[in-house]
Amino acid sequence: MRIAVFVTCWGDALFPETGKAMVRLLERLGHEVIFEPSQTCCGQMHWTTGYRPEAIRLARGFAEVFDDHELVVTPSASCAATVRTAYPRMDPALAGLPVYELTEFLVDVLGVVDVGASYPHRVTYHPTCQSLRTLGLADRPLRLLREVRNLELAELPMAEECCGFGGAFSMKNADTSVAMVADKIARIRETGADAVCATDDSCLAHIGGALSRLRSGVRAVHIAEILASEAGEAPGAEQAGERLAERAMRTRPPEAR
Amino acid sequence: MKFSDAARPQLSDHRSRRRRRQAGAEARARRAEAAAGLPDWERLREAGAAIRERTLRDLGTHLEELEVSVIEEDGRVHWARDAAEAKRIITSLVGGETDVGLVRSDVTDEIGLKSRETGPYTKAAVVGAGFLVAETGTLVVADPGESLTFPGTLIAVAGIEDTVPAWSDLEVLLQLLPRSAVGRRMHPAVSFRTGGFDLVLLDNGRTRVLADETGRSALRCIHCSACSDVCPIYERTGPRPYGPGRAGPIGAVLTPQLRGVEAPLEASLPFASTLCGACADVCPVKIDIPGLLVHLRGEVVESRRNRPVPAPELLLMRGLAWSMGDRRRYEHTLMSRARWARLLARDGRIRRLPGLFGKWTDARDLPAPPRQSFRAWWRRRR
Repeated sequence: MRIAVFVTCWGDALFPETGKAMVRLLERLGHEVIFEPSQTCCGQMHWTTGYRPEAIRLARGFAEVFDDHELVVTPSASCAATVRTAYPRMDPALAGLPVYELTEFLVDVLGVVDVGASYPHRVTYHPTCQSLRTLGLADRPLRLLREVRNLELAELPMAEECCGFGGAFSMKNADTSVAMVADKIARIRETGADAVCATDDSCLAHIGGALSRLRSGVRAVHIAEILASEAGEAPGAEQAGERLAERAMRTRPPEAR
Repeated sequence: MKFSDAARPQLSDHRSRRRRRQAGAEARARRAEAAAGLPDWERLREAGAAIRERTLRDLGTHLEELEVSVIEEDGRVHWARDAAEAKRIITSLVGGETDVGLVRSDVTDEIGLKSRETGPYTKAAVVGAGFLVAETGTLVVADPGESLTFPGTLIAVAGIEDTVPAWSDLEVLLQLLPRSAVGRRMHPAVSFRTGGFDLVLLDNGRTRVLADETGRSALRCIHCSACSDVCPIYERTGPRPYGPGRAGPIGAVLTPQLRGVEAPLEASLPFASTLCGACADVCPVKIDIPGLLVHLRGEVVESRRNRPVPAPELLLMRGLAWSMGDRRRYEHTLMSRARWARLLARDGRIRRLPGLFGKWTDARDLPAPPRQSFRAWWRRRR
């Protein structure tokens, strides 16, 4: 299958590991992956913050980029939800773009739950609001996680409660947002997990950012990274390797990158 | 005062927070059980939503029918444009009587009537209506312990949207309401009274809400408060930061519509939500609260777009949209911003960001953008 990926602006800049993992995973499953370099942002942030004309322009740009593709997969539940539910409200002509969230694509379109992954960690799963309520992913991500070798899945108490991110909410109502993520983190710590995973790097940046500030020792990991991991990889080896590569790059001028 | 500022002291009130967390969990469990007890709960919600939507679309006709029915049954109807007029009407109706009882409702709160029990010597009572059935002119109050057999002057106060065309419609709403409001199959007492009362019908901004085709679905509300029970924001802040109007998610969409989005509180209410959608999932009349919040955020932004001095947020969002508008601008922004961000980072994390983003790093780290973006990796890989 020819699959176009939308890595999201946020992921492109801040969480490239997620996009790379998604590419590796889809290729391992025998598919051809296409990355359209003209992709930028789906317009979610502008839309949910009230900047309608700006959001609509970005949405039209998105539709143009992916117009010729039959399948578009993204590792962000909220971006997929934006395309699916907000685009038709912006402009009926933008309805029906074939954009799938990664876990939904794996389970519903490819029909796989065992993707041959191995991840030797204790992991808990946080269902993000857009994946749970807007896309209705239900237990699809959990079904995928249950098939991962060596992964110990810990159930997250009160999992369905929002982590408090909410895009601009995290800054406009920072105090309430922090109160919410503090409770979410307490639940995560209860599980004794080494890592919390989800289907969206925006919520994970929020949860992970708070875990990091508290020096909790618990990592926030995108589910794509877990599903792309294979047995034999020393845990964390890849990241270490990339860090070395990164250090090597520092000596070169930016133009060379 | 803005919602965020009003919320701060509430967040520090540990006792109230614990109480609300407990109460919220109990209400959610009760409600889920009550809804599960009905095999066709989802169909009932559909029916409720359809009834309310149909009523609002043709509210003028239903209100005229209601007026005729109430008058036929020996009652009187008074129309109040706003809260002050409603209060004036009520004051003149009680005619100097000081011992006036009150059965409160969201509408009596809205016009600022203070609660007072009806006692043995009470000569007049003001009752906040639940519903008014247009076809028979019947007042319906779903409130435990109060009966509408009051012999003295009885004044019912209702918002114009509390009208229900027919008893067959009421039957559906009275199945939805107790399950959503208190997690029970029935209210302990539902009282009816046809005729012999004064009815004060309040507009107070509602016709303006009705004129907005998207926004008016907020008036479907049947005052169950299930949205507040499931709201993670409300659970932490309580009702106060929502101001003098309705609290919780429905307040965040109704207050700015009823009062306009110009003042700081009203302009901040649509943003007092993560759009998590828990409210929309439980609303018995399927109000798309997150959708309405986004709609109102648009109204707030539009109302501020043409200020002589543009807000920093507007400049930022416009700039971002411009940068994202084309591949070359996007790639250039990506590179330069990432480079700046890396300068701020230590050990791979950013602990303090300047300007608007400082609110993020007040309590959360941000990972330093890696040297190689996804697209740079992709280019090298091929």
